[in-house]
Amino acid sequence: MSAVLIVALVILVFVVIYQVGKASEYALVIRGEEKVKAQANRVVAFLLLLLFPLGCWGIWYCNSIFMDRMLPVAACKTGVNYDSMFNVTVLVTGIVFFLTQGVLFWFCFKFQATEKRTSFFFAHNNKLELIWTTIPAIAMAALVAIGLRNWFDVTSPAPPDATVVEVMGKQFNWVIRYPGKDNELGKRDFRKINDANNIMGLDWNDPHNMDDVIAQNGELHVVVNKPVKLLIGSRDVIHDVGLTHFRLKMDAVPGITTTLWFTPTITTDSMKLITKNPDFVYEISCDQMCGKGHYSMRGTVIVQTQADYDKWMASQQSYYAGNAPSAPKADTAKAANESVKEVTMK
Amino acid sequence: MNNEGIIIDGPNVAHGAESATDHHGHEHHQPHFVWKYIFSQDHKIIARQFMVTGIIWAIIGALFSVFFRLQLGFPDSTFPVMEKFLGEWAKGGKLSPEFYYALITMHGTILVFFVLTAGLSGTFANLLIPLQIGARDMASPFMNMLSYWFFFAASILMFVSLFIETGPASGGWTTYPPLSALKEASMGSGLGMDLWLMGMSLFVVSSLLGGLNYISTVLNMRTTGMTMTRLPLTIWALFFTAVLGVLSFPVLFSGVVLLIFDRNFGTSFYLSEIFIGGKALPHVGGSAILYQHLFWFLGHPEVYIIMLPGMGMASEVLSTHSRKPIFGYFAMIISLIGITLLAFLVWAHHMFVTGMSPFLGSIFVLLTLLIAVPSAVKVFNWLTTIWRGNLRFNPPMLFALGFVSLFISGGLTGIFLGNSALDIHLHDTYFVVAHFHIVMGVSAFFGMFAGAYHWFPKMFGRFMNNTLGYIHFFITFAGSYLIFWPMHYEGIAGMPRRYYDFSAWESFKHFQGVNSFISIVSIIVFFAQLLFVFNFFVSIWRGRKMTTLNPWGSTTLEWTTPINPGHGNWIGEIPEVHRWPYDYRDDGHGGDFIPQTTPLRPGEESH
Repeated sequence: MSAVLIVALVILVFVVIYQVGKASEYALVIRGEEKVKAQANRVVAFLLLLLFPLGCWGIWYCNSIFMDRMLPVAACKTGVNYDSMFNVTVLVTGIVFFLTQGVLFWFCFKFQATEKRTSFFFAHNNKLELIWTTIPAIAMAALVAIGLRNWFDVTSPAPPDATVVEVMGKQFNWVIRYPGKDNELGKRDFRKINDANNIMGLDWNDPHNMDDVIAQNGELHVVVNKPVKLLIGSRDVIHDVGLTHFRLKMDAVPGITTTLWFTPTITTDSMKLITKNPDFVYEISCDQMCGKGHYSMRGTVIVQTQADYDKWMASQQSYYAGNAPSAPKADTAKAANESVKEVTMK
Repeated sequence: MNNEGIIIDGPNVAHGAESATDHHGHEHHQPHFVWKYIFSQDHKIIARQFMVTGIIWAIIGALFSVFFRLQLGFPDSTFPVMEKFLGEWAKGGKLSPEFYYALITMHGTILVFFVLTAGLSGTFANLLIPLQIGARDMASPFMNMLSYWFFFAASILMFVSLFIETGPASGGWTTYPPLSALKEASMGSGLGMDLWLMGMSLFVVSSLLGGLNYISTVLNMRTTGMTMTRLPLTIWALFFTAVLGVLSFPVLFSGVVLLIFDRNFGTSFYLSEIFIGGKALPHVGGSAILYQHLFWFLGHPEVYIIMLPGMGMASEVLSTHSRKPIFGYFAMIISLIGITLLAFLVWAHHMFVTGMSPFLGSIFVLLTLLIAVPSAVKVFNWLTTIWRGNLRFNPPMLFALGFVSLFISGGLTGIFLGNSALDIHLHDTYFVVAHFHIVMGVSAFFGMFAGAYHWFPKMFGRFMNNTLGYIHFFITFAGSYLIFWPMHYEGIAGMPRRYYDFSAWESFKHFQGVNSFISIVSIIVFFAQLLFVFNFFVSIWRGRKMTTLNPWGSTTLEWTTPINPGHGNWIGEIPEVHRWPYDYRDDGHGGDFIPQTTPLRPGEESH
């Protein structure tokens, strides 16, 4: 019933608006086309002029309500550089934005058609073209320079002392593998994957795998002020490791290993104080459409002190201990004959 | 090719150009309805076919956005009315996640390809190229007809896919494999994806047939005196649009064909080392990133395929209604050339975070930000065009001004995304959604609306209602900013796009109020667009009649044709052109413009 009413209401509104439109056409005929058009032109010019201050107010209002909802301070060094570069870009584009939009709406009002006005024949001017080709080119060059400096900084090879952790995406959660005591991630092969007892396809013939720890709840534990290097992969479709608080993102592509490294500078606990939010948590979002559960593919980053990290690590059981294969012998014989290349994770 | 030999109106019909002049004999046949309106080879009818099909698709695509905006804005509520439209997909009035993803996929596909490519270029290239260059019709009217009917066939396949049990494609409009390649990965990757791929293949055929025709028409069929440097900027823009399409659509086609092979014939172009649906797949050695390269090699030029017609039409409309020549005609052409060339060299800026080589990424940063230069030149030229003009604010002019405003706003945010160091955080967030909706969604639509209001009298011999046009403009313009401006903040806060629900996320859930606001505005804007559709169709039959040949006081050739031109456009000889298309100046008799057909006065120099 309410649906019918809404439809009727919408139709009614349309009919009313149409009748208003129609009436304005009759008015055009009765009151004389020129006069009505001149009047409409004045009204519209005034409305356009009004749009600019209204828009500026809207921007100011948006800023005021959004400021306290934005991200807290970046939690790594490259993130801090990111934020300052972002601000520089906002400044440059902001100046251009207000100048050009202001000019646009001001011209609309200032040069509205009147009977007295004749337009000024001004077809081209090479000097002007040269000026507004050069200035944007210089501005862009500056932005590219800042951008590339940061870009090569972020994508540079990880320092040799970085902790290596593997992040694997699957529909629809993150699986994190830690190298364990030997500090070495063992080989894995997608053919060995088994959801029951070998979720990442670890090769049990590789001794490096025996002490690897797998966090199936998507918890990425990292030590504050210590670089961490992520080896990112996927076992089904493309996912993306989105680390919003670190201003980083990297795709997880099946068949390809991508990397990302950063040095977290603020522990989760400190961030709780900074944001005054006791529930604060660094989240890993999936940023590449991966199917129906894409929106729920959530992981967390726990930035902690070395002591807390060691304590947590000590409480973890290796994946092998929890999921020891029942008949590793048969597997060994098969693997020896396997000629297809294996995925090495080193 | 010559202009007098190209018109055939279907079987048993007198030569079109002759029949327009030949009113005395009984040999004169009115073409049958089917040949005149359905399988028509008249470029003006084909333009109308593209326009009407485009409008129908636009309504469907926009309605989809209303559905998923309801989910995003009010994730805790149910809307029983959705169940009426979508049945099982919205059981109890709540959209299912599968269908949410199907809706966003089809919204993108429909709007990008079926509305803003076919609906936009199809309509205005067909309508304007022959009329503005002074040709009887396209170089090959038959190919032109085929172009529409391939588009129609593509539309049928895409439309059918909406009604199948597993739903339409749901891997995003970019349909990245492996998600789109594996039936186990998502429900929409079943039959829906096959229909999507076949539909897109037919679409590419349509686009190529159209594009080749536009290019050869512009190059070969111009009337006497119409040198390339006397072409209106609309034609330049539509010409480069066609060039972009012809060179890049085949690459999409190859990408699509390889995907069809991977899906159905066991090849491994895009697939490697995948475990899905409880088993490891035999595919090894492919690269999922290869598809992205092939896709974006079209996908990025596609953005300019969408933008250029709007730029051309806005230039024309701004100049006409400012009663002033376009400023920097040659600079405008050179910047179009610059944009066209660069469009082919920037595709990988969509892929900065795929693990691509950082060095390669840096090259694409440089080339991408270079596009800002010709774009800035265009903006400054438009602003100078209206400076000291005599601006008439009718609906086409308002939409052209709105186009400039939105192009500035959306273009500036592109500077953030084109810089890989900033993209690494903003990639695939709402910042991207806001950026491309403003610059190639709304802005391109504004160009299209400017064109629709401006050339409606030429298409149908009547005017659209001005008052409705004003209401349409102000709601749409304010609404677009109200919808997309707040999205920038969400994106800067890292909120990912293509999420069905944010309530479980500590980092994003506090934007719920903003999302509700955006949804409400988008529903209002949706109804404002229906007002345009209503105005459009009612005005075809009931609009105020056009009484003069040249109602806007325009210099270009299309306004020298009869009010309702027949097939062949001009009665008698095609007019000759003597000057450039933007001579808005005193004609010596009290008028403020000199048509292109007016010979140069003694001693006057050509532009």
